[in-house]
Amino acid sequence: MDENIPRVTPRQSATFDAYTTSEIRRAASTGIYDIRGGGAKRVLPHFDDLLFLGASISRYPLEGYRERCGTDVTLGGRFASKPLELKIPITIAGMSFGSLSGQAKEALGRGANAAGTSTTTGDGGMTQEERGHSKLLVYQYLPSRYGMNPDDLRKADAIEVVVGQGAKPGGGGMLMGQKINDRVAKMRSLPKGIDQRSACRHPDWTGPDDLEIKILELRELTNWEKPIYIKIGGSRPYYDTALAVKAGADVIVLDGMQGGTAATQNVFIEHVGLPILACIRPAVQALQELDMHRKVQLIVSGGIRNGADVAKAMALGADAVSIGTAALIAMGDNDPRFESEYNKLGTTAGAYDAWHLGHDPAGITTQDPELAARLDPEAAGRRLANYLQVMTLEAQTIARACGKNHLHNLEPEDLCALTVEASAMAKVPLAGTSWIPGQTPF
Amino acid sequence: MKQLDLQELGLRQINSTLQSAIPETDGQQWSVSNPMGLHAIACGLNSKLSVTIDGNAGFYCAGMNQQADVTIKGHAGVGVAENMMSGMVRVTGNASQSAGATGHGGLLVIEGDASSRCGISMKGIDIVIGGSVGHMSGFMAQLGHMVICGDAGEALGDSIYEAILYVAGDVESLGADCIEKQMTPEHEKTLAELLSRAGMDKDVKSFRRYGSARKLYNFNIDHAGDY
Repeated sequence: MDENIPRVTPRQSATFDAYTTSEIRRAASTGIYDIRGGGAKRVLPHFDDLLFLGASISRYPLEGYRERCGTDVTLGGRFASKPLELKIPITIAGMSFGSLSGQAKEALGRGANAAGTSTTTGDGGMTQEERGHSKLLVYQYLPSRYGMNPDDLRKADAIEVVVGQGAKPGGGGMLMGQKINDRVAKMRSLPKGIDQRSACRHPDWTGPDDLEIKILELRELTNWEKPIYIKIGGSRPYYDTALAVKAGADVIVLDGMQGGTAATQNVFIEHVGLPILACIRPAVQALQELDMHRKVQLIVSGGIRNGADVAKAMALGADAVSIGTAALIAMGDNDPRFESEYNKLGTTAGAYDAWHLGHDPAGITTQDPELAARLDPEAAGRRLANYLQVMTLEAQTIARACGKNHLHNLEPEDLCALTVEASAMAKVPLAGTSWIPGQTPF
Repeated sequence: MKQLDLQELGLRQINSTLQSAIPETDGQQWSVSNPMGLHAIACGLNSKLSVTIDGNAGFYCAGMNQQADVTIKGHAGVGVAENMMSGMVRVTGNASQSAGATGHGGLLVIEGDASSRCGISMKGIDIVIGGSVGHMSGFMAQLGHMVICGDAGEALGDSIYEAILYVAGDVESLGADCIEKQMTPEHEKTLAELLSRAGMDKDVKSFRRYGSARKLYNFNIDHAGDY
């Protein structure tokens, strides 16, 4: 080789980047797709692409630390005789016992109680840890019906009929055999140690007309007291919201593709569904056209991280938000103090997503008793309560700056978008213009 | 026997009355007339009542039953006795699809035929069908027994777990991971008990047993074609 010819710096392919090539090698080695937890990791249009327009002359702000800004929300007053009264519009999303340890479920309940909000069960059914520590508990009625029984329906404060999940609209779940200990196996009526498949659709209804009758049954069983939520994965939010209203929902939970999951195919997490930013306005439009906005409450979820996200979701028309992954992080998931243990598992703090394997060093997404014992439910609950409080304070700060004395008074007119894409999805003007693609002339 | 007229009282009043009835003081025997094919009749019962529904019922009749004995004198719609926990539900006519879906316990007897997906995701319930069942019956069935005195449609027991299926008639086809298994004296005894409880006069020797090959219990790339 002629040493006088300058050498070109080796260049990695943008298409076949390091992650992609490692995934190809992994697939070739194992013969199975990558299953993992967590939500989408790719960059997606998100609330960060929106900005609030604080008040000045045309709008009048409220005093930041003196004037009241309400945060309470009532969920489920359409048909239920006992709607949920929450102090803050941030709820805890459904996460199953089995996927999470008992200690983690207890911590969620403790944190939610302290902040004045609700928690939600998951695919594994209701546990004493959660019912015993959660004053307001939403019971998920899932396709798998693992552990489902009418006594638990009656013990719940609300019932959430899960149709879809943001991380995997149209998909079921898989709890790997490694996490199926005796207790989880018993709750799910399946042998210990086998992969437990959660169905992608309910076994005894097949469409909105059937769903309406199913909801009638749930109401008859619980004396028409409990609010009925319907949870949908963000994919066709306009039509699914309209059909959920038709089916009789008191509350609609709309989960975007940044939402977490305990375990599903990576390709599914990253390539199916819509970002929550693209879901809210079509859902609100459906509610408004049916004259049901604020009558049927809309909870949105999928990548909610801070008070700005909360405020933006509510300005776009949501009544409340729900958090899952963020709650786990607040409790200690992916904490750098476990870095050496994450390294042993072949990953690093902040990137650990093998929630389905049960080796979680933080003791949260595991059924290993020694690992689970690492999580102090009281301390983790306190951390979660602090986090919920911070998010609420942040949202209030923004709302006051927009001149609003309640978070529900935030509106699309308080927002602008930084990108054309976000402007089109959120249906708010591009910053510095009055242009909304597809809505107004340029 | 206490009489309740559904046309006169309405669904909410009927269910409220049955759900709050105390057998020791209100009596055990109840009759519901004029069901008119309405949905969710007698769902969520949780005491040792004996309830007769005089006519055809709609969706989810006797859903999530606990302890009660419910007899439907007629046909039943989708999801009869869905997610039943205990007690007994009897349909003297035919049942629509998803009969006994996700049931955790108790006994469901269908004297006539059941449509598709009978016993789907059953989790411990026992189901005895006097006639035949439609396709995909026993899909993802986890625990319990299904006794089919007639024929079974396509894909019987697809993706079945630990439930046990007994069929006297023909099976159109078996679903993924479902295989025929040997009938032992122990299985014949279980089957005889189920038939006796259901009031079905049928020779246990005429039945064949089906269950899981357990090849799909843990993912194996060599079985990917079965998924």
